[in-house]
Amino acid sequence: MNATSTNAAPAEDAVPATERPRTLAEKVWNAHLVAKGEDGTPDLIYIDLHLVHEVTSPQAFDGLRMAGRPVRRPDLTIATEDHNTPTLDIDKPIADLTSRTQIETLRRNAAEFGIRLHSLGDKEQGIVHVVGPQLGLTQPGITVVCGDSHTSTHGAFGAMAFGIGTSEVEHVLATQTLPLKPFKTMAINVEGTLRPGVTAKDIILAVIAKIGTGGGQGYVLEYRGSAIRALSMDGRMTICNMSIEAGARAGMVAPDATTYAYLEGRDHAPSGADWDAAVAYWKTLATDEGAEFDAEVFIDADTLEPFVTWGTNPGQGVSLSDTVPDPASIDDQHERAAAERALEYMALEPGTPLKDIAVDAVFMGSCTNSRIEDLRAFASIIKGKQKADGVRVMVVPGSARVRLEAEAEGLDKVFTDFGAEWRFAGCSMCLGMNPDQLAPGERCASTSNRNFEGRQGKGGRTHLVSPLVAAATAIRGTLSSPWDLQAEGEER
Amino acid sequence: MEKITTVTGTAAPLRRSNVDTDQIIPAVFLKRVTKTGFDDALFYAWRQDPDFVLNRPEYQGVKVLIAGPDFGTGSSREHAVWALRDFGFDVVISSRFGDIFRGNSGKQGLLAAQVAYEDVERLWEVVEADPGIAVTVDLVERTVTVGSLKVPFEIDDYTRWRLLEGLDDIGLTLRDEAAIAEFESHRESWRPKTLPIREPAESGSL
Repeated sequence: MNATSTNAAPAEDAVPATERPRTLAEKVWNAHLVAKGEDGTPDLIYIDLHLVHEVTSPQAFDGLRMAGRPVRRPDLTIATEDHNTPTLDIDKPIADLTSRTQIETLRRNAAEFGIRLHSLGDKEQGIVHVVGPQLGLTQPGITVVCGDSHTSTHGAFGAMAFGIGTSEVEHVLATQTLPLKPFKTMAINVEGTLRPGVTAKDIILAVIAKIGTGGGQGYVLEYRGSAIRALSMDGRMTICNMSIEAGARAGMVAPDATTYAYLEGRDHAPSGADWDAAVAYWKTLATDEGAEFDAEVFIDADTLEPFVTWGTNPGQGVSLSDTVPDPASIDDQHERAAAERALEYMALEPGTPLKDIAVDAVFMGSCTNSRIEDLRAFASIIKGKQKADGVRVMVVPGSARVRLEAEAEGLDKVFTDFGAEWRFAGCSMCLGMNPDQLAPGERCASTSNRNFEGRQGKGGRTHLVSPLVAAATAIRGTLSSPWDLQAEGEER
Repeated sequence: MEKITTVTGTAAPLRRSNVDTDQIIPAVFLKRVTKTGFDDALFYAWRQDPDFVLNRPEYQGVKVLIAGPDFGTGSSREHAVWALRDFGFDVVISSRFGDIFRGNSGKQGLLAAQVAYEDVERLWEVVEADPGIAVTVDLVERTVTVGSLKVPFEIDDYTRWRLLEGLDDIGLTLRDEAAIAEFESHRESWRPKTLPIREPAESGSL
């Protein structure tokens, strides 16, 4: 991890623990300690919000049934259908039998254990990480878990939010707690001002390229600095969402006026005197002056360019103006071997300008980039234009609410006039477990979060990009940013 | 969960880094509602290649997987652990694991042994030179032994203890039920609740 500097551990209890400056992550952790671990045992941490979906929960509910255990806090639990649901013909029975069985299993489990469920067709259905925030359930200073690694998304509110496995899902259902070892903390300082055309997605892709897919392992990342403060909640969610792609289970942003403005008035946000009490508490959460992080990383926002991945892990990314790297120039032997494999899978030659790469598909969606602002950003670039011939463009809102909001603004018309498909809410082409998939060999510019081999369908090739880059790529048919459209306009 | 103290068996070298959970088991296999029967799904895409290490005759019946760095990154799917177990693996060795994968392994009795990279390379060399050679992973001593080579591995004390004792996490936590109830008794009333369902203030706002 040569891109980061590791600070020396603070002097052993020179200052009483209560008076020592603390990080945001430490404060949230300490506020949820049910029992402090001793002699190497983990702490027992209380969980404020448990999000559930169809894929990682059936075996957990089975476990409860076998042990005769109830769900301890149905009122802190919410379920939605998202991963394997279709984004077309949602009023018809799900054609794929195993998918249908899994959805029906969730419905049975929710009914049996008294859990709130938003099913396909419900106006609150959608990707679990879009639904929690838009209902106002995701709040600063809370702990959030879900059987999904992109739970880190909710850290954008100053919550401690992380993905868990199915055994842990069962554990939280039964006890509303998790035994956990404290994480180390890493500050990701992003100072400066993003240029027009550069977005939150480019920041996080640059962070991952810098620290690597393992760089954040064992850490909670705290995104700080003027460029982060300037982002909307949707932008902060995009960044925290991909913390896991840097190996970190959680990423956080301290709550501020932007956070409060987003939350106020939402269905499950506090109101009246509760609101005032909550805000007063939220204001105490920011990392104290002088608090020490275990590691720090610095990113210059001023010089950042639109970013794109060329390989098969999210750390294999460069500026769009760059070329496909030559594995021979990579010193680290694992990185070099991984790059060689990646180029073979991606069918790319070293030295090729990224902008010369033609795509077959553009996917605008996923828990990383499917909120209303993402759709607005995409629409702002394509409005009044036609998609490139032969490129399939799919726009998939993150939730039924986002879909309705987009339609109220007329965005659906912008998408369909452009030649894009306008779908119903779900995880869609992010993960190749519902009907939305790439064909073998197809190349896609995708606003999602993982470019792993086969992630978007067996043999599919993924380039991770921002909504703005996805839009410009859909117009030109080759990997492009809004800057290229501008240059084209000036040439004419 | 069954107690584990030592595992002895043959091993397969997986000379790849960044083996993400989408490679261990593609999402299309996550639709099942059971915890078993995932052995065919393990490394599904790679196993289409007859030369893939687990397809080779000399590596049949292996119990130990020796992988490159950053094994089990990506998605939280515990199915990755179930698939490795169903296939017959008791131990995965790597120089670094994805955090969620490592946690999931500990819950399911799959021993994720972290070995220094130089030692991973030495293990690969010994196993490749003699594929049928027995590898012994000793959880008490925290060592991997193959032939005359003995290397240490790391695993956190708590996971090791639970694996040695075969303990169930939920049962352990429920011994702290009083502490959980006590914590809940002074939780702020304004903390979010999913129930009862609150409807939007302006129903026309959508």
